[in-house]
Amino acid sequence: MTEYRVEGRGRVNRAKPVKFTFDDKTYEGFEGDTVASALLANGEHLMGRSFKYHRPRGVVTASSEEPNALIGTTRGGGKGRFEPNTRATMQEIYAGLKTESQNKWPSLKFDLGAINDRLYMLFSAGFYYKTFMWPRSFWDSVYEPFIRKAAGLGKAPTEVDPDHYASRYLHCDVLVVGSGPSGIAAALTAGRAGSKVVLVDENSEMGGTLLSEPSVSIDGQPAWEWLEGAMAELDRMPNVTRMTRTTAMGYYHQNMIGLVQKLTDHMADVPEGAPRERMWRVRAKEVVLAQGAIERPMVFDGNDTPGIMMAGAAQTFLNRFGVLVGKKPVVLTSHDSAWYSAFDMADAGAKVVAIVDTRETVSQALLDEANARGIKTYLSYTATGTKGRLRVSALRVNPVRNGKVGSAHLLFCDAVLVCGGWTPSLHLFSHTKGSLHWDEEAKVYLPGHKTEDVHIAGAGRGLWGIAAALEDGTKAGTDAVKSLGGNAGVATYEVADDRTGTGITQKELPTDRSAGKAKAFVDFQNDVTAKDIRLAVREGMKSIEHVKRYTTNGMATDQGKLSNMNGLTIASDALGKEAPQVGLTTFRPPYTPTTFGAFAGYHKGKHFEVTRKTPIDSWAEEHGAEFEPVALWRRAWYFPMAGEDMHKAVARECKATRESLGIFDASTLGKIEVSGPDATEFMNRMYTNPWTKLGVGRARYGLLLGEEGFIRDDGVIGRMRDDLFHVTTTTGGAARVLNMMEDYLQTEWPDLKVWLTSTTEEWATIALNGPNARKVLAPFVEGIDISDEAFPHMSVRECTVAGFPSRLFRISFTGELGFEINVPARHGKELWEKLWAEGQKYDICPYGTETMHVLRAEKGFIIVGQDTDGTVTPQDAGIGWAIGKKKPDFVGKRSLDRPDIVAPNRKQLVGLLTEDPKTVLTEGAQIVADPKQAKPMKMIGHVTSSYWSESLGRSIAMAVVEGGFDRMDDTLHIPTENGDAVPAKVTSTVFYDPAGDRLKVE
Amino acid sequence: MLLIHCPYCDDTLPELEFAYAGEAHIDRPADPSKLTDEEWRDFLFIRTNVKGVHAERWRHINGCGRFFNALRDTVSDRFLTTYKAGEARPDMQTLEAAE
Repeated sequence: MTEYRVEGRGRVNRAKPVKFTFDDKTYEGFEGDTVASALLANGEHLMGRSFKYHRPRGVVTASSEEPNALIGTTRGGGKGRFEPNTRATMQEIYAGLKTESQNKWPSLKFDLGAINDRLYMLFSAGFYYKTFMWPRSFWDSVYEPFIRKAAGLGKAPTEVDPDHYASRYLHCDVLVVGSGPSGIAAALTAGRAGSKVVLVDENSEMGGTLLSEPSVSIDGQPAWEWLEGAMAELDRMPNVTRMTRTTAMGYYHQNMIGLVQKLTDHMADVPEGAPRERMWRVRAKEVVLAQGAIERPMVFDGNDTPGIMMAGAAQTFLNRFGVLVGKKPVVLTSHDSAWYSAFDMADAGAKVVAIVDTRETVSQALLDEANARGIKTYLSYTATGTKGRLRVSALRVNPVRNGKVGSAHLLFCDAVLVCGGWTPSLHLFSHTKGSLHWDEEAKVYLPGHKTEDVHIAGAGRGLWGIAAALEDGTKAGTDAVKSLGGNAGVATYEVADDRTGTGITQKELPTDRSAGKAKAFVDFQNDVTAKDIRLAVREGMKSIEHVKRYTTNGMATDQGKLSNMNGLTIASDALGKEAPQVGLTTFRPPYTPTTFGAFAGYHKGKHFEVTRKTPIDSWAEEHGAEFEPVALWRRAWYFPMAGEDMHKAVARECKATRESLGIFDASTLGKIEVSGPDATEFMNRMYTNPWTKLGVGRARYGLLLGEEGFIRDDGVIGRMRDDLFHVTTTTGGAARVLNMMEDYLQTEWPDLKVWLTSTTEEWATIALNGPNARKVLAPFVEGIDISDEAFPHMSVRECTVAGFPSRLFRISFTGELGFEINVPARHGKELWEKLWAEGQKYDICPYGTETMHVLRAEKGFIIVGQDTDGTVTPQDAGIGWAIGKKKPDFVGKRSLDRPDIVAPNRKQLVGLLTEDPKTVLTEGAQIVADPKQAKPMKMIGHVTSSYWSESLGRSIAMAVVEGGFDRMDDTLHIPTENGDAVPAKVTSTVFYDPAGDRLKVE
Repeated sequence: MLLIHCPYCDDTLPELEFAYAGEAHIDRPADPSKLTDEEWRDFLFIRTNVKGVHAERWRHINGCGRFFNALRDTVSDRFLTTYKAGEARPDMQTLEAAE
């Protein structure tokens, strides 16, 4: 039995002791303990160091809003299973759990970073903005590295998380968030009415407040017996699901709620293959929010000393975990609830030194109960300081009479239990943009206008006491069932020994010392003090949103669950305005920190996104191809032979194709069939080119613009029949082009009789290029003559190739004699293998996308998206010839006359040849006219494509340059990283075979 | 995540199935060559950007593939109604009366 464990109290399993470590020291707790409760049972309050000042900090709550006790945990299995910033109040212990404190060096008890605490006056509000302003050059070299080193809590994991995370959808009638008395009452009501109910709670067991209030009785039963009965009844109902360790982390449109269910973080032995967490996407017809209220700290000098914690937390540690947080506590409060914590502590054997209340009067019943237990009471008192650094040893208190702070005396103690009132927990309600209204009497924000089908019950509406919570939960359940069109019976509950109470909200406590020197913390996690907030107001921050950002109050991972109301109260006092005029900051999802794993779910590794593969992909893999991703496709990039790097492989592939024969998998090209009686008219309107006179069996380069006149896509288009076009698009553009065509067809020209069909994956496309292309292909072709006369360049026919039905194009993206053979996808690999076998006579060479890029660049063929960037017109790209000038209209035509499009000095696509033929420019490099000009230089364009051309024995490049067409033969300069500039001459973009003779192989 | 009613499928389905497609009821001029530069500029780029009820186009891209129109309140992010392409924008009074 550890020193602070109380016999006969709590719900932990005394039969099952559990050993775990904290900072390499082994501690013992029981099954059912959290790390926080087990450490407290061992007398340890100090659990971390603060963010900015590295002040020693102890645990202050017993729940998920904990700002201080953030620890690193290492889950079973070790490697990759480290998690920083886990709340010690939520992490259950299990055998073998390893935990560590954060933000300390060399040790938690002696931390050198605490020097910041002595430099307190330097680290005031707006410190980053003021300190790191000047000089500019210090930002990168001094300030940012300093901030990066000093900032952040804990350390980020460095290894891949080996666990996996599940996700599911869930539909229900009523989702109840929170399983305190109001949530349970709502679930019982809706469940009994037959609704499909889901009840969730972030804790390991349900009950909420009831777990901390065992002395209450409901319907003649002690609270815990009643709770057990209620759980059993819910479990008997097939229409009710209960989920523990499940956090409703976000409330989204139309009653969609994200739930994160922790499945294994409490287990010593994790079942093989079990997911660690599961994200539920719930669509609920009705939602009941029964999230309770959060206890507020009190703001006074030294209020963050370890050993000072929320009174309600002490009550929870005692009643739920059987742990006394101190043996000689002082209670400091402005609310009745803390008096009951004091009584529970006293009844469990603690010597409660005193109850200090800031109010002038409290009920006689409370005073009588305190007297009966021999507890001293101090009314109308303030707290002005503490003794002890690693653990509180005394509280300094003073009387307040007529607004004057009297002389101090010390109350020696080992813990201070504080309660500055309770804040209704309305985070999820805020996610829905539901409005909050200020309740002047209770000095809290309560739910106002609702935007969703949601009901709020219990302490979330500012109600207090178990009886009120049960009644209100029942009402929420009834209302939800009524909204669903049903009727629910209204249960009533007899509650005895309920502990109702009231309290007040206040700014920082008055002091007899200099308020400017007080370290009176408002936000523990971000180390924001009352002085910081007042300074922010003095420096001109008028809105709470500005105060928040200037001081960082409420911006830590706890989103100000403890600090927002105290911050608001102090800011409104400093501004001399009422709280509702100062406003409240907005809560956003997630409610508590959520793992990336839970969001990613199954979408990781190979499942991150689909990989599209062509029918010929497996051949490429067997033949040693290197691959590159193009849109979602994986494409063969190059085919290295033994000892070859990419440069050598590509040079060989280019040479083989130009000299004899190359084979290329072009199956990824987008393909769309445009068919119907009005197909020609549709094509005339969509593409820049004229299509009316294109004969059946002929193909044409097609150019697609956006309505604003810029190039969107291109591709060769074949006319198969009068009413059928085989349109090809860029690999990445297929879906966009089809969407654009559908848009115009459906919404602008619904009268046209045209059908659009995506056929990208119907066809395997094999490109044969090189002087021997016809020789290898001819023996396989049946049904047509593919001689140069019968089947000239830019022809297309249906025929059979190797017995497979085919659409055969004679086209070239390399400048060599070229064919593209389309066969049904299922025959693609077989045809490839046949051509490969036959091609051995001509030293056939498979090539990948890199060689394709080089060969097309040698011919000056553009790649949309590489040589164009969404601001390039056909004229800019030098392909004005593709525009059907006689057509009355096509998409983008009117824009080609826009003033900006016809303005001089637009960027135009030109070729660049470096003076040194061996220098290959960097794609994306900027271009200047005069490399000697002062910096910043005027940049007149950039390199879009750049390669080593094996055929030409030199480098080649394309670039967009201002007024490029008028700069032919000029020398421009491309500055490099190392400070010099590469001179290059402006040329035509056609570097190889400008006359096109090589297409005309007989 | 929003739920959107596709007027062609006559079904209310998750936002994931749909793609936004800009403001509705902007007809492409029958003969753009007749437009002045200013008129063409307005057609291309000028949008109402309303705070409140916005008529906009959506496509049931991962479903039936049809483009349709919707009235959505840009403040509350609520869909008031959806209707087929080509149909006139419903007026608010009719909508409110139907509620």
